[in-house]
Amino acid sequence: MSLKRRDPAELWSRRLKRRKKIKNTRRMIRILLGTMVAGCFAVLFLMPIILTITNSFMSSSEIAANYGQVFATTDSGGKVFISSKVNLKFIPDMVSFSQYVTVLFKSPDYLLKFWNSVILVVPIVVFQLLVAAGASFGFSRYRGRIKELIFFVYIILMLMPYQVTLVPNYLVSDWLHILDTNWAIWLPGIFSPFAVFLLTKYMRRIPVSVMEAAQIDGAGEWQIFTKICMPLCKGAMCSIAILIFIDYWNMVEQPLILLSDSNKHPLSVFLSKINSGEIGLAFAVATIYMVPPILVFLYGEDYLVEGITYQGGIKG
Amino acid sequence: MKIAKHTGKRGEKNPSAIRAGKTGSHKNPGKWMANGFLLPSILGVLLFFVLPFFIVIYYSVIDNPINAEFVGFDNFKMVFENAAFRQAAFNTMTFSAIAMPLAVVLSLLLAILMESKIPFKSQFRTFFLSPMMVPIASVVLIWQVLFHYNGMMNEVIGWFGKDKIDWLNSDYAQVVIIVLFLWKNLGYNMILFMSALSSIPKDILEVAVLESATPMQIFWHIKLRYLSSTILFVTIMSLINSFKVFREIYLLKGDYPYPTMYMLQHFMNNTFSKLDYQKMSAAAIMMAVVMVIIIGILFLTENYFGKDVEG
Repeated sequence: MSLKRRDPAELWSRRLKRRKKIKNTRRMIRILLGTMVAGCFAVLFLMPIILTITNSFMSSSEIAANYGQVFATTDSGGKVFISSKVNLKFIPDMVSFSQYVTVLFKSPDYLLKFWNSVILVVPIVVFQLLVAAGASFGFSRYRGRIKELIFFVYIILMLMPYQVTLVPNYLVSDWLHILDTNWAIWLPGIFSPFAVFLLTKYMRRIPVSVMEAAQIDGAGEWQIFTKICMPLCKGAMCSIAILIFIDYWNMVEQPLILLSDSNKHPLSVFLSKINSGEIGLAFAVATIYMVPPILVFLYGEDYLVEGITYQGGIKG
Repeated sequence: MKIAKHTGKRGEKNPSAIRAGKTGSHKNPGKWMANGFLLPSILGVLLFFVLPFFIVIYYSVIDNPINAEFVGFDNFKMVFENAAFRQAAFNTMTFSAIAMPLAVVLSLLLAILMESKIPFKSQFRTFFLSPMMVPIASVVLIWQVLFHYNGMMNEVIGWFGKDKIDWLNSDYAQVVIIVLFLWKNLGYNMILFMSALSSIPKDILEVAVLESATPMQIFWHIKLRYLSSTILFVTIMSLINSFKVFREIYLLKGDYPYPTMYMLQHFMNNTFSKLDYQKMSAAAIMMAVVMVIIIGILFLTENYFGKDVEG
C-alpha cells in the first residue's frame, strides 16, 4: 500500500497545512514577544507612580527607617548620604493613613500650597480657552496674508522655550507692577499662544460651507461663533483644556522667577523643599498632588490622545 | 491638514462668495466682526510676548538701563565668555543631542509595537501615557530613592557584581536625566507616531504587499516617507521638552546641581536673582536665534525628504 502514489492534491493540502502551522506559531511567538516587550515597558513606566502611591501609606517611622538617609538635608539644600542602605518597598509593612491625616488635618501648610496650585492653574485653563476660542475663530473664519503672518508669529512664540519667553514676561510684569502677585503667572498664561494654535488648526477643518449656509440663513458672526463653531469644537476644547491643565499643574519655572514670595508658590515647587523632619509626609503630599491630573486622565484619556494628535503636523 | 488647506483655498476663491461681495473687506462688516474676535488674544500676545521682546533686544545692546549707552555686541560677548553660560549651553546641547534622537527612535519603535497585533492595546496605551500626566514633583521622591548612592539602582547593579555609582553626583547624572526625560516624553511621542502610522493610505501598503515588498522595505521606503512630517514635529517637540528637563533637575538637586546637570535655565534663574537685565536679555536673544536656526534647519530637511508625499 505504501507504494501507492499519494494523491497530489492531498500532498499539496498537507504542505499548505504545515506551512500554515509554522506561520501560525511564528505569529504567536511574535505576538508573545511584542506583548512581553510592551509589558516590560509598562512596568517601567508605571513603577515610579505605583511606588509613590503605596509608599504614602507607610507610617512615618517606617519611612524614616527605610529612606531616612536619602532625604537628610545639608545646608546647601542638596541631599546627601548619611548612613546605611535604602529599602525600597512595594508594599508597606502596615497600611496606615496617619500621613494623610496629618496632611489633611494637622498641617495646613500643604493644603494651602495645594490651594495655591488650584488658584494658579484653574483661571489659566478657563481664560486661555476663552481667549483662544475667539482668536482661533478670527484666524479661521476669513483668511488673509496678514493673518497668516500673525499666525506664524504665534507658532514661533509657541516653539520658544521658557528660557526665552520668561525674560519678556518678567520685564512686563515688572513694568505693570504685578511681580510677586498671581497676575504675573495668570496673564502670560492666559495669552499663551498654545491653545490658539491648536484650536485654529482644528477650526480650519470645519468646512467653510457650513458657516456660509448659516450666513445665508441670516446668522451674524456672533451667532456663527456661538451656535456653530463652539458646539463643533467641544471635543477639541476638552482636549486642549487637558493639555493646558497638565502643563500648568506641572509648572516650576514661572513661579520660581515671577513669585519671589514662597508663600504663593504652588505645591509643585514646594514639594522639593520639604525638609527632613517631614519626609514621612512627602509621599502622601505627592500622592495628593497626583490625584487631580490622574482623575482628569482617567476621565479624559481619549480627549488627551485626540489633543496630542491635533498637535502633530505643525504645518497645517 | 490636507482638508484644511483645501477648504481654505476654496473659501478664498469661491465664486459665489465673490458675487455676494464677501471678499471685499470694506463691504463685509462680518469680516471685521470676525477679526474683532482676534483682538483680545493679539493684544495680550503683543503686550506679554512681542513688545517686551523688543525691549529685550534694546536691553541687550545698552550698557545699563540708567546710562543707556549703546555698546553693540559687548553684552553678548560678555555672556558668551561667561564660564557658567558656556557650561550651561554645552550641557543643554549635549543633553538635547542625545535625548532628542533617543526619544524619536524609541517612541517610533513603541508606536510600531502598538501597531502590531498585541493584546491589551488600550491598557498599554494608558500605561505609556500615564507618566505624562503625573506631576514631576510627585515622582521626584521615588527618583531620589532609586538613584541614591545606596538606592535601588545600585543594588541592582550590585547583583551583577558592579561597583556602586553615585548617580546624581557624578558624570552619570546625565544618564539619569536622560532616563527621566524619556520616561516622561515617550508616551506623548508614541501617540503622535501612532496617529501618523494609522493615517498612511492603506491602498499603498496593499500594493506594496502585492508587489512582494518585505516588511523592512515597506517600512523604509513607504512608512518612513509618510512619517517624515511627524518625525519633524516629534523632533521639535522633543527639543522644546528637552529644555524643560530643568524641572526634574531643580526638583532633584536645587539651584546648583552637579556641573553636568547645570542647564541654561539654571543660568537664567541665577541671573534673574541678580537682576542683571543686560546679561539675561543677551542670553535670551542668543537662545531665540539658535532655536529659530535649528527649527529652520529641521523644516528644510523635512521639505527635502518629504516633498513627494502630501503629509
